[in-house]
Amino acid sequence: MKKVLIPLVLFIGLVVFLAVGLKRDPREIPSPLIGKPAPHFTLFTLEGGDAKFSPSDMQGQVWMLNVWATWCVACREEHPVLVAFAEKNQVPIVGLSYKEIQPQDPAYKAPFDEKLKLARERSEVWLKRHGNPYVTSVMDMDGRVGINYGVYGVPETYVIDKAGVIRYKFVGAVSPALLAEKILPLIAELNKS
Amino acid sequence: MKRVWMKGALNGVYALSVSMAIWFAPQTALAQATAASLAPEPAVVASSGLAAGREAPLMAEDPKLEARLVDISQELRCLVCQNESLASSHAELADDLRREVRELIRSGKSDQEIKDFLVARYGDFVLYRPEVKPLTWVLWFGPFLLLVIAAVGLGMYLRQRRALAAPAALSDEARERAKQLLKG
Amino acid sequence: MIPELGHFALILAAVVALMQGVLPIAGTLVRDAQTQVTLQSLARPTAALQFVLVAFAFGALAAAFLGNDFSVQYVAQHSNSLLPKPYQFAAVWGGHEGSLLLWVLLLSLWTVAVAVFSRSLPLDMVARVIGVLGLISVGFLLFILTTSNPFERLLPAALDGRDLNPLLQDPGLVIHPPMLYMGYVGMAVAFAFAVSALMSGRLDAAWARWSRPWTVVAWMFLTFGIGLGSWWAYYELGWGGWWFWDPVENASLMPWLVGTALIHSLMVTEKRGSFKAWTVLLAIAAFSLSLLGTFLVRSGVLTSVHAFASDPKRGVFILIFLAVVVGSSLTLFAWRAPRVALGGRMELVSRESFLLANSVLLVVATAAVLLGTIYPLIIDALNLGKLSVGPPYFNAVFAPLLVPTVFLIIPGSVARWRDANVREIVFKLRWTFASALGLALVLPFALGAWSIGAAFGLFLGLWVALGTAQQVLARVNKPGRIPASFWGQHLAHFGMAVLVIGITGVKSYEVERDVRMQIGDVVTIAPYTFRLNSLDEVRGPNYKAVRADVQVLRNDKIIEILQPEKRRYFSSAMPMTEAGIDSGFMRDLYVSLGEPLDDARTEWSMRVYYKPFVPWLWGGVVLMVLGGLLAALDRRYRK
Repeated sequence: MKKVLIPLVLFIGLVVFLAVGLKRDPREIPSPLIGKPAPHFTLFTLEGGDAKFSPSDMQGQVWMLNVWATWCVACREEHPVLVAFAEKNQVPIVGLSYKEIQPQDPAYKAPFDEKLKLARERSEVWLKRHGNPYVTSVMDMDGRVGINYGVYGVPETYVIDKAGVIRYKFVGAVSPALLAEKILPLIAELNKS
Repeated sequence: MKRVWMKGALNGVYALSVSMAIWFAPQTALAQATAASLAPEPAVVASSGLAAGREAPLMAEDPKLEARLVDISQELRCLVCQNESLASSHAELADDLRREVRELIRSGKSDQEIKDFLVARYGDFVLYRPEVKPLTWVLWFGPFLLLVIAAVGLGMYLRQRRALAAPAALSDEARERAKQLLKG
Repeated sequence: MIPELGHFALILAAVVALMQGVLPIAGTLVRDAQTQVTLQSLARPTAALQFVLVAFAFGALAAAFLGNDFSVQYVAQHSNSLLPKPYQFAAVWGGHEGSLLLWVLLLSLWTVAVAVFSRSLPLDMVARVIGVLGLISVGFLLFILTTSNPFERLLPAALDGRDLNPLLQDPGLVIHPPMLYMGYVGMAVAFAFAVSALMSGRLDAAWARWSRPWTVVAWMFLTFGIGLGSWWAYYELGWGGWWFWDPVENASLMPWLVGTALIHSLMVTEKRGSFKAWTVLLAIAAFSLSLLGTFLVRSGVLTSVHAFASDPKRGVFILIFLAVVVGSSLTLFAWRAPRVALGGRMELVSRESFLLANSVLLVVATAAVLLGTIYPLIIDALNLGKLSVGPPYFNAVFAPLLVPTVFLIIPGSVARWRDANVREIVFKLRWTFASALGLALVLPFALGAWSIGAAFGLFLGLWVALGTAQQVLARVNKPGRIPASFWGQHLAHFGMAVLVIGITGVKSYEVERDVRMQIGDVVTIAPYTFRLNSLDEVRGPNYKAVRADVQVLRNDKIIEILQPEKRRYFSSAMPMTEAGIDSGFMRDLYVSLGEPLDDARTEWSMRVYYKPFVPWLWGGVVLMVLGGLLAALDRRYRK
């Protein structure tokens, strides 16, 4: 090939990459946890008292984990979709209440028991008003469990299989289309094994 | 003669200014500040006059740990920002992640272990310094490879240009004529 | 009414630009001599008309801002009735649509400048250059008209605007984008000259002589624009950083690097008729990188703190435009370049070869920056995952490439044309080398902290500074008139030395204290003491703020009072810091107010910095710009 054609060829290559890049979202971060066991945790649940929950409690079932909070605007959009989904399907959804008491809240500096009580109250009120799709909801007060799950933006939804391995993660509000096209078929497949 | 004097004077001025620079340097504000930065945390200064006052305590409870935190988090990316490092971001998640890194430093983890911790949860995206692995060989070695290729190419090109037919040497007669023309 | 007139003016401008782009070039291709002259003579008038129309459109948009016309959507998005008037004007280019209009305005301005300052050029060259610039204008005007119309109406009109982003409410916004765009757009002129030369087949020393002043002026503006952006980030963002290797910053650095290579390559082509094809390629590359930068910033392909709001439709348009402009010029290059005659002979060691090495090093450095910037995109496009490439990469790869480039400035400017003797060069420079080395090794000790980085950077800077001084002194002692370009060259190189020492100094010797302060507390960074004297609530035209009064003391005397602020703009939830800075010749004292640490707001977090040599960063840039100015004003270009 003639040397003078090199710049043109390199440029065409660049344009091709840029064109493909236009269709990608540079802010979307794929999860490295797909195919890995769901990180273990033990957290207080919404129900009150000393009741706790761990992912191992769901061993043997295919289930979904939905990260949410009452202060999250997009969660409000997503919520009716989840409620409808929970009514129609046999897939248990566990909620993860993520940092319900925010840093700018005066209650942020209160002792843990007080914060937990307040978070539970707020979540219950909210779920009563908007519907409760969750079999239970766990309280991640400081966001540590969220970090272990690679949470970076609420809402996020995980699909976990019978062996406790994360199979799918979606960042953002789930839509009926997503549930129908991606999540339900995946769950059906996972249920077969 | 004047030329020699001028040269001598210039050299003298030069030598003098260099010596003065070296002599006075330790007394400059710069040197003092450098010394201050190298010294451990300053004690409470009980000076008098306008500068009297409590020496403000550092924000960090453990300056060494904070310094290490800053070093590590400058190489990490804030995941929810528009291209900012974990060190400088004010985002809530950044605060949480810095808290995690602080804990990990306290528990004695090495820099690499801390990075691995975050990569296990968020992927390679969180590293501002991409790991050197087959996926990034082109990135890390490409520029230097390109430099080598370019240098070799440059050398070959110059050799080729040197080999261009030299203009025919002037004959003695032509040289004489040229001299005459230039003089006149 | 006026916005609609502005819109109409843009449509007319696009039509005129099309005529400007097509007719004069057509005039170089027809056979009949009379038609040739008629068509080619249309170049200047169409350029002038396009400028008038675009200027009118720009004026219409400015009028909408200054008149608080919130029925124009762009005005409602970026302005506010409480916004001070100068910022209302600058807000014209505060968003995507308006900044594009600024681009087009400056492009038409450069075109008019070419039309005016080209009396000594043959008409067919003028026709081609203005024609190419016209075609580029058409592309941008179509882009504005189809995807980014600043005159869109918002009905019903907003009661008040959303306000300009508080970060942009600063003198920096008023001047940084126009200067930067003057640089980007100026590269189009060099590009147009290069493409014209390819079209005409006349690629010679004369072409290089015509191109060079335009390129130098564009380079000057680009240098100034980048420096301003860096300075602005430094004092505006509140923690004293000045370069982040952000994609948008890289997008401005790449044309600058290639522009620098281009200026030096043009020197060789002008003097000895060599490197013609390479110089033309550099000219095409410089403007291509300007266009690429436009794409990266506005398409949403990369995440950046600077990015405009993105829209995939806009990205597609710019990409197609980029592909057409650069693709066709590179095709033209591939077709015509092989026919270009080789220039004069040169030895392995000669000024030409040094300048060629300069080109190569700068191009490799540019390639490294480009690679780092788009690598995440490439990996993502290949479905291989998502990774980030940030400052640690660029610092590790870019600095080693720049070191030889800067080092070679001195031997390169000492070397003779065509045939230089290495021994002679070494002999000439022996004292400069020894002095630079000696001082670099000793001074850091004298300053209290020796590090290999400080010594190395200092050596590089002193090498260039002393080497430049040596050459200037040598020349001054000889008889004969010294051309402006001599002063320009050495002033610019000296500016580079100052910049290198500045970077070395601030990186090696910066002191930072992150503290909690109450009124009466002090922070001591010897020999300075910073005392928090008071905290006051203040009010601005469109914000409320807490302002700290910090006394700076030395030898128990107040030498300065700094007033950092924490502002809350009415229109934005994001608090903004305004740093308090005392700039001296050798250092900056920088204080930034953080957050209140208690409910009573009596204790605040604050950052106090001692930043040595920072003023040398800006000083170095200014010297380079002045050097460029002198070089461009050289008498031989003003004929």
